[in-house]
Amino acid sequence: MKKLALSDEILLTIEKPARYIGNEINMVEKDLNNIDIRFCMCFPDVYEIGMSHLGIQILYDMFNRREDTYCERVYSPWVDLDKIMREKQIPLFALESQEPIKNFDFLGFTIQYEMCYTNILQVLELSQIPIYAKDRTEDDPIVLGGGPCTYNPEPIADFFDFFYIGEGETVYNKILDVYKENKLKGGTRKDFLEKAAEIDGVYVPAFYDVDYNEDNTIKAFTKNNVHGKDIISKQVEMNMSDTYYPKKPLVPYIKATQDRVVLEIQRGCIRGCRFCQAGMVYRPIRERNIEFLKEYACEMLKNTGHEEISLSSLSSSDYSALQELVYFLIDEFSSKGVNISLPSLRIDAFALDVMSKVQDVRKSSLTFAPEAGSQRLRDVINKGLTEESILNGAMDAFNSGWNRVKLYFMLGLPSETVEDIEGIAVLSDKIAREYYTIPKEQRNGKVSIVSSTSFFVPKPFTPFQWSRMDTAEEYLEKQHLLRAKFNEQLNRKSIKYNWHEAELSVLEGVFARGDRRVSKVIYDAYKAGCLYDSWSEYFKYDLWEKAFEDNQIDIAFYTNRERIKEEILPWDFIDAGVTKDFLWREYNRAINAKVTPNCRMACSNCGAKVYEGGVCFEDRKQ
Amino acid sequence: MKTRIKFTKSGPLKFIGHLDVMRYFQKAFRRAELDVEYSQGFNPHQLMSFAAPLGVGLTSDGEYLDLQLKTSDEPKAMIDKINKAMAEGIQVVDFKVLSDESKNAMSMVSAADYMVSVKDGYEFMGMEEFKQKFQDFYNKESIVILKKSKKSEKDVDIKPSIYHIGFDREEFYKNIGQSFDKDKKSVADAYDNGVKVFMQVATGSSNNLKPELVMEAFCQYTGIEYNIFAYQVHRMEVYADLGTEENRSLIALDKMND
Repeated sequence: MKKLALSDEILLTIEKPARYIGNEINMVEKDLNNIDIRFCMCFPDVYEIGMSHLGIQILYDMFNRREDTYCERVYSPWVDLDKIMREKQIPLFALESQEPIKNFDFLGFTIQYEMCYTNILQVLELSQIPIYAKDRTEDDPIVLGGGPCTYNPEPIADFFDFFYIGEGETVYNKILDVYKENKLKGGTRKDFLEKAAEIDGVYVPAFYDVDYNEDNTIKAFTKNNVHGKDIISKQVEMNMSDTYYPKKPLVPYIKATQDRVVLEIQRGCIRGCRFCQAGMVYRPIRERNIEFLKEYACEMLKNTGHEEISLSSLSSSDYSALQELVYFLIDEFSSKGVNISLPSLRIDAFALDVMSKVQDVRKSSLTFAPEAGSQRLRDVINKGLTEESILNGAMDAFNSGWNRVKLYFMLGLPSETVEDIEGIAVLSDKIAREYYTIPKEQRNGKVSIVSSTSFFVPKPFTPFQWSRMDTAEEYLEKQHLLRAKFNEQLNRKSIKYNWHEAELSVLEGVFARGDRRVSKVIYDAYKAGCLYDSWSEYFKYDLWEKAFEDNQIDIAFYTNRERIKEEILPWDFIDAGVTKDFLWREYNRAINAKVTPNCRMACSNCGAKVYEGGVCFEDRKQ
Repeated sequence: MKTRIKFTKSGPLKFIGHLDVMRYFQKAFRRAELDVEYSQGFNPHQLMSFAAPLGVGLTSDGEYLDLQLKTSDEPKAMIDKINKAMAEGIQVVDFKVLSDESKNAMSMVSAADYMVSVKDGYEFMGMEEFKQKFQDFYNKESIVILKKSKKSEKDVDIKPSIYHIGFDREEFYKNIGQSFDKDKKSVADAYDNGVKVFMQVATGSSNNLKPELVMEAFCQYTGIEYNIFAYQVHRMEVYADLGTEENRSLIALDKMND
């Protein structure tokens, strides 16, 4: 077994030493003497969080299928080890070989959410790699980023050599081939980046300059290197049933947040909810073939020994073969002690049947995500869930024995009125009232309804990318109003209202629609000690505020400002399939509370047809 | 049927805690497709129990878990099946089917053999000096140390809980009345400085003496600072007591069915 990078003494001093020892079941081992490319993948959060992420498992498997490449992993050291590594100048190492990352060819970050940005800087600094891309030398690894946050990479552009925009299954092999060739010829970093920039989906920030107007909006986004493309097109894996998927996912020694087999059944979504970035950028919806899924479910369970399997997609009820798949899993695996973890399903007869087979109805909850408290506002956001369907669904479930309901809403949606907000409390109460129409003898005790509201953050490539976001004060005022309304409800004792802190969402709002000027704020906040921002016990908003002040960057400019159609947005250089015209059309339909039908009901010409596949070219089975 | 599995723990896996070792075996048994018996209900779990939890940082040649199986192959096949599904660092070395009346391992644990080695890179006396001083320490009528538990702390005489000591394997096995097999493999780490001591101590729910505490008491006796990181504790074997309190009759957990 490999010698560990950390001494016994350090490992015995810190929390959960198993985070740093590697050697997991299904870990790939390769002979470094036969390797041309050393790649290190990073999920910039603590091990247990990173190990739950499906994307890294897919890429780990994909890269390691190349004989000339060894892909290893690294995660953010926890705060206790972070401190020791700085004191003792221990370079950050990859788990497989326990060797310093600074000697690798590539360090790739998967960027899933905005609040991990300071952790990215932590990993760079602890690896002893210069934080700013411009400071890196020929000896440093190429630092790249992928994942949903690359749909607006500008706030962190200064820290990356390049971004890979879109789905990872397509052009990484090309990029690695180009790298290898360049290395053999004795080419430089710049030579490589120029060649990489010619590959679709690759964005090299250094090849573009941004100029600003007096009012701080973007004046121009211009290329300064001929190798860069004018528009970066997102990558899409069109063949979901003949592509990379891990048959032997890694099994951590400590409990990861998702301690189970995850089956991604499809990618994309037909619904077109206007607040949802994933639903827009992953268009068009593409299903995985059911035989593929059945085969992988069996293999993955056999190779990991996990006791639970879950289905993952944006809207699982829309998977056309869902019934067949779920019944297959129940029939094959329930008797073998494997728990089937169901995604959120539309409540219908099928869902109730299946839920009662795999869950203890007395302990599990029914989940609805109306997101808005009134039909008007639900129409504005294009969330086609009617009150009638919620109440009917809930009633059917109650009659089958359920008595716990979870409801998800947002506050701060565009055009929101007091009536919309109060509607959240009223709807929650209506569900409770439905429950109590069941005669007492037939009921399973009291009903428990938990309603929670999160703070709406407008995202790039959604119809709301031009919207104004509420201020923290406005949001908190709305929460107060809502809390008071809940207290007026008849069944208030059966309802719990969970609200969230505003400050983290405000920051998320800045990074989601930020530009390159924000990067210095991230750097300063990190240097001042900000880390693990998405962990409430470590989130230091006062340090962030100071970083904004010191750099004279106004938070409100990014969050509270309504944009006009003509404004150049920081992410305009990316082609995500959905066109700007479509998004603007949808924005106007939103303002008029006009619903847009889903992709299977009617095509709205969003632009995704250009990929020539998926739902756009499905046979319409009515 | 009741079965008893003996396994070793070494290398990086010494940093995995007991609960995680349990979860690790649960998944390994599923990968090995063993015909495990499960409990009833919505959250069925495997019917398994461990003899004595091993602390984080310790290695071992003799850990035990009892497992309820519906059907089983013969021992060698079972050992191979399970080891194929496991990583280096935890390996099964024995598999036995127990009689139905057998008591579970945890309730029987009474004593254990340990080897405590001084790690390299720490200031410590040489072997000759250590042997002399430790022997003097052990020869005392009583060894009193402050024993801290979750609820209280009190002075305890740990001498009665130390059954035997030795300074090399052959001597130690002679002292404990076991045959010495010089070819027997061990997963324990070896350190260049060579300073080590073997001890057989009380282990289990009623009376449990940690080798670390013995070393702490030794340091106190010789007037040197006790550095918790300077020692590697390696468990060699775990025993049940088939005798009485006055007249111990220790038998290793893998020899019980014979």
